[in-house]
Amino acid sequence: MQNSEMIQDKKISIKIKGIRDGLLISLGEGDWSIVQEELLKQIEERSAFFQGARVALDVENHILHAAEMGTLRDKLSDSGVSLWAVISNSPTTERTSQMLGLATRISKPKPERVIRSQRKSTSLSGDNAMLVRRTLRSGFKISSEGHVIVIGDVNPGAEISAGGNVVVWGRLRGAVHAGVSGDKNAIVCALEMMPKQLRIDDVIGGLPLKPDKKKHALPEVAMIKGGQIVFQEWNQRERGK
Amino acid sequence: MTATIITITSGKGGVGKTTTTANVALALAEQGDKVVCIDGDIGLRNLDVVMGLENRIVYDLVDVIEGRCRLKQAMIRDKRMNELYLIPAAQTRDKSAVTPSDMVRLGDQLRDEFDWVLIDSPAGIERGFRNSIAPADMVLVVTNPEVSAVRDADRIIGLVEAEEKGPAKLVINRLNIDLVKRGDMLTAEDVVELLAIDLVGIVPEDESVVVSTNRGQPVVMEANTTAGQAFRNIGLRLKGQEVPYLDLDAKKGFFHSLSNMLRSGGD
Repeated sequence: MQNSEMIQDKKISIKIKGIRDGLLISLGEGDWSIVQEELLKQIEERSAFFQGARVALDVENHILHAAEMGTLRDKLSDSGVSLWAVISNSPTTERTSQMLGLATRISKPKPERVIRSQRKSTSLSGDNAMLVRRTLRSGFKISSEGHVIVIGDVNPGAEISAGGNVVVWGRLRGAVHAGVSGDKNAIVCALEMMPKQLRIDDVIGGLPLKPDKKKHALPEVAMIKGGQIVFQEWNQRERGK
Repeated sequence: MTATIITITSGKGGVGKTTTTANVALALAEQGDKVVCIDGDIGLRNLDVVMGLENRIVYDLVDVIEGRCRLKQAMIRDKRMNELYLIPAAQTRDKSAVTPSDMVRLGDQLRDEFDWVLIDSPAGIERGFRNSIAPADMVLVVTNPEVSAVRDADRIIGLVEAEEKGPAKLVINRLNIDLVKRGDMLTAEDVVELLAIDLVGIVPEDESVVVSTNRGQPVVMEANTTAGQAFRNIGLRLKGQEVPYLDLDAKKGFFHSLSNMLRSGGD
């Protein structure tokens, strides 16, 4: 028993390197509670080194929920380490870090991520999209290289940035940037279109059809036409293009 | 006895967190409940001033956390009530003197002895805010009917949800009926529609709040003020009673729209 634990201990790899924004700690495979314990142990052993450090964690394939990540952040903050980013290959973990207001990437994107984004979508199976089923409150930011679908309201102060299209099944009152990487054909649809700012590619939008309306709004679509962003009621458009 | 720990927070400063904490605490104590307030604003304490207990501070929250005194020694009893206590914040330290786990531990110690623990959170979303919500069973978000305050309240509600403490409950403070009628202020309905959480109280703008705050005599103690009545109602709603919302306007007409709003916006 003791023996096997020792072996497991050795398997856990924790790599620390300095980056421009502080320290980047990469956590290897293994049971999360053991990995976390090992990390905290190392920090405690070298507390003088870690005191006051700004840390980005690369948790690779670990799937973390809010409770786990929140606990870790509080424990780190107890030992004087401030966690500002959690990088992960798991979309669940990325969503958790966004929810807790942590960054999900450090200044230099991971190379594999870039490769993934260059993969062309196959039309038959549809494109990949990020689906968010909750109200996006002020301070939330959703960014995706693909499409973004929100089921819920997007409140003022929330931001969506998407490589492709953005669909909001609810009120859109925050800031939206669709077609970030140069897609002029991207569109933005919302049940109630009242964005604080709407951008498609590099065009910054005008006003929705009836900016003051509150009740009985019709769904609208925003797209680029003639170099400008125009808004149209959904039922005027040929459906789905 | 097992206390409900309520954290009062807002994001934006100056919307009335401390006033709300003091008044709701007194309202609950008036009902005969055992209540303790904790000032979570280490370094900028003022709950003691609003409650009129400043001159009796010997030990504070940081003394308790760092073991310089027993918990009981730091609890100042409010003599106006049977069972109302305050744990003041330290003035000479800052937020980093306390960690979220310290607050959870403190909350657990108080839980057995009280019906309610009210924590007055500092403005902002940093350490002080995280300390304050760490032990919370319920979060009250105070906002004013102003665009900037509502924006910050929205952010706070999101953070509270992310910490799995949600859904928060809403108090709309300083609603000015005259401005609302002229269309120059957000209505309570607008605020509730945007924030989409349960409302527990609407407190009207009332000069007597300023006067009583300066005197260290929370407005709840004054019999004939609408703000005092509004805070008393919040206390009753927290205790699970159904209390109708105040008719904030003497003239009829507006009342109907208000009561309609409450039916749709409230719980």
